[in-house]
Amino acid sequence: MEKYYILILLFPLAGFLFNILIGRFVNTKIVSWVGVLSILGSLIFSLYAISDVFSGKIIEYNAYTWFLSGDLKISFGYLIDQLTAVMLFVVCFVGWLIHIYSVGYMHGDPGYARYFAYLNLFVFSMLMLVMGNNLVMLYFGWEAVGLCSYFLIGFWYEKKSASDAGKKAFIVNRIGDFGFALGIFLLFINVYALNYTDIFPKIPGLQGQTINLLGWNVDLITLIALLLFCGAVGKSAQIPLYVWLPDAMEGPTPVSALIHAATMVTAGVFMVARLNPLYGLSETALAVVGIIGGVTSFYAATIGLVQRDMKRIIAYSTISQIGYMFVGCGVAAYGAGVFHLYTHAFFKALLFMGAGSVMHAMAGELDIYKMGGLKKKMPITYITFLIAALTISGIPGLSGFFSKDEILWFSYASGKPYGKFLWLLGTITACMTAFYTFRILFVAFHGKFRGTEEEFKHVHESPKIMTIPLIILAIGSVLVGYFSVPHFLEPVVGEPKIAVPHEKETFVMIMSIIAGIAGIAIAWFMYILKPDIPGKLTKAFSGIFKILWNKYYVDEIYNFLFVRPTLWIARNIVEAVTDKRIIEGIVNGIPKLCYNIGSLVRNIQTGQLQQYAIFMILGIFIIVFIILSV
Amino acid sequence: MIPLHWYLILSSVIFSIGLIGFIIRRDLIVMLMCLELMFNAVNITFVTFSAFNGNMTGQIFAIFSIGIAASEAAIGLAIVLAIFRNMAIVHSDDIKNLRG
Repeated sequence: MEKYYILILLFPLAGFLFNILIGRFVNTKIVSWVGVLSILGSLIFSLYAISDVFSGKIIEYNAYTWFLSGDLKISFGYLIDQLTAVMLFVVCFVGWLIHIYSVGYMHGDPGYARYFAYLNLFVFSMLMLVMGNNLVMLYFGWEAVGLCSYFLIGFWYEKKSASDAGKKAFIVNRIGDFGFALGIFLLFINVYALNYTDIFPKIPGLQGQTINLLGWNVDLITLIALLLFCGAVGKSAQIPLYVWLPDAMEGPTPVSALIHAATMVTAGVFMVARLNPLYGLSETALAVVGIIGGVTSFYAATIGLVQRDMKRIIAYSTISQIGYMFVGCGVAAYGAGVFHLYTHAFFKALLFMGAGSVMHAMAGELDIYKMGGLKKKMPITYITFLIAALTISGIPGLSGFFSKDEILWFSYASGKPYGKFLWLLGTITACMTAFYTFRILFVAFHGKFRGTEEEFKHVHESPKIMTIPLIILAIGSVLVGYFSVPHFLEPVVGEPKIAVPHEKETFVMIMSIIAGIAGIAIAWFMYILKPDIPGKLTKAFSGIFKILWNKYYVDEIYNFLFVRPTLWIARNIVEAVTDKRIIEGIVNGIPKLCYNIGSLVRNIQTGQLQQYAIFMILGIFIIVFIILSV
Repeated sequence: MIPLHWYLILSSVIFSIGLIGFIIRRDLIVMLMCLELMFNAVNITFVTFSAFNGNMTGQIFAIFSIGIAASEAAIGLAIVLAIFRNMAIVHSDDIKNLRG
């Protein structure tokens, strides 16, 4: 059975090849069947694999040697343990539902086959990332998901903003990936192994080693861990490289649900959890991971408070929730981080797909202040969105509560100096999360419609092919939390240490419940009871509002600090000197030289027969003279 | 018997006449005739050395050379005829189409 699990990878790859090569010549029905069935195939085989893991088997299988160089052998192999099993379920199941939803959402789009091809390629790459048993496959998947993300953000490439957003995502990710690659190289040259199972036993041996970096002696493990975390910061949209994710909302909404909520952006969390033996040995690296996560989650949530674009609010919420996951990893509770990843995939995909359903009804409108009262027209979307909002707010009994509570509890109890700080940030963020999610809900679905009568008439519930995945995900959002991922993952990531008495757990739990309910209550008070309050508040705190509305001016600052200098160098040095002078100089200079020599030599060729004869005779004279004089 | 150098002097005189004629005359027909002169000057040398050495190779060579000269004359005249038909010129100065 083991060797057949490679089919999990091959199904989406086959779907991709079919759709990209012949998809455009066949009926769209065939395209969607191929797209959906290929992921279903992966899902079925990964369920088999997961059942194997449940029965206590860890599957490691090398399918073939990928490349061989000297004594370095890199194999195309996969490792399916508890961590991979969780990721496989998330990627295949949520991915499959999103494929089904896409059939309805992308209906009639001219790039239908291309869309499904990219989506299948994405699932293939993501599965490669989570299943690979070595760092090279991880890196391959890591880059390939970034590439698919670029394709899909810029899917409607005729739109300038969409193609720009795609480029931004790709370039920002490259910055992180540079560090990631350096991290892999540094790890490789020190342990000379790439398979996880070979690397992990060797990591404790690196303890205490230092490396000289620009005159500073840096702890080797910390340096590797931080370089690898650079990649995670880029891919998982953390400070300071989060700027691409809100712009990525230019892509089709199912893409935002799959790539920019459920799977790709959580790759960083997966990577940290996968390499936990490395991170566990460096307190500094863990502190950086945790603090960046905590600060990001707080920071992104504050921006989300005031935005008006529905998908962007959810995007900032995603950044914030991934911050949570890193908080979990940062206090060495990797299980809790992955647990949140797993529940987040469900409720965040659901939020995005709900937003997509609203967009579908509103002809692409995203400003929540142009909506209102959609509740009656779109009951299924409303109820599923409500469930997702309750889940993300951490209402007890729903999945988001369990995972969020785990993270908050472990950060409170970790005994690390920054643990309590992260807990405080997390609790405040939980309140803000509940507030902005319910703000969308109350403004868009409750109250009165803010557009014209005519527009309101057009509002309709989405077709069944879109609502059924919503319902399944809503059920999932409620139930998935009852499966205790942290406990399940203990064989892989170990058990987090707890430094405070267990009685405190109730206190942390109550605080997080209070935070969630308070957020909902404030939103309810501000947008249902007293709708004039938000306006007054905006006026009273116009300074803060302006900063938040403009997202702390980070895009402008980056533009000033990095983009413009780079463009200046590109235009004035690279283009003007290197390109125009040096390269074009060489390229144009060689033909010019030949031409000039030719012009000189052609003067001899007068076309006069007798002149040629004279030259010949002169030549003969010279030869005879030489022969005779010797 | 006539000494060797007489033959050689005769041969080189004819050759020089041919050569100078080829260079200074502009008429294509005359240039062809000058070529024939040069050929035959060389033939004289061949035959002379052959006779003086008692070796038949030179004379056979001369016969070959005459055969080649005949065919060369045929081709040369054909070219001249073709040029005349197409461009109505027989002066080498006017044929400059091959100028670089």
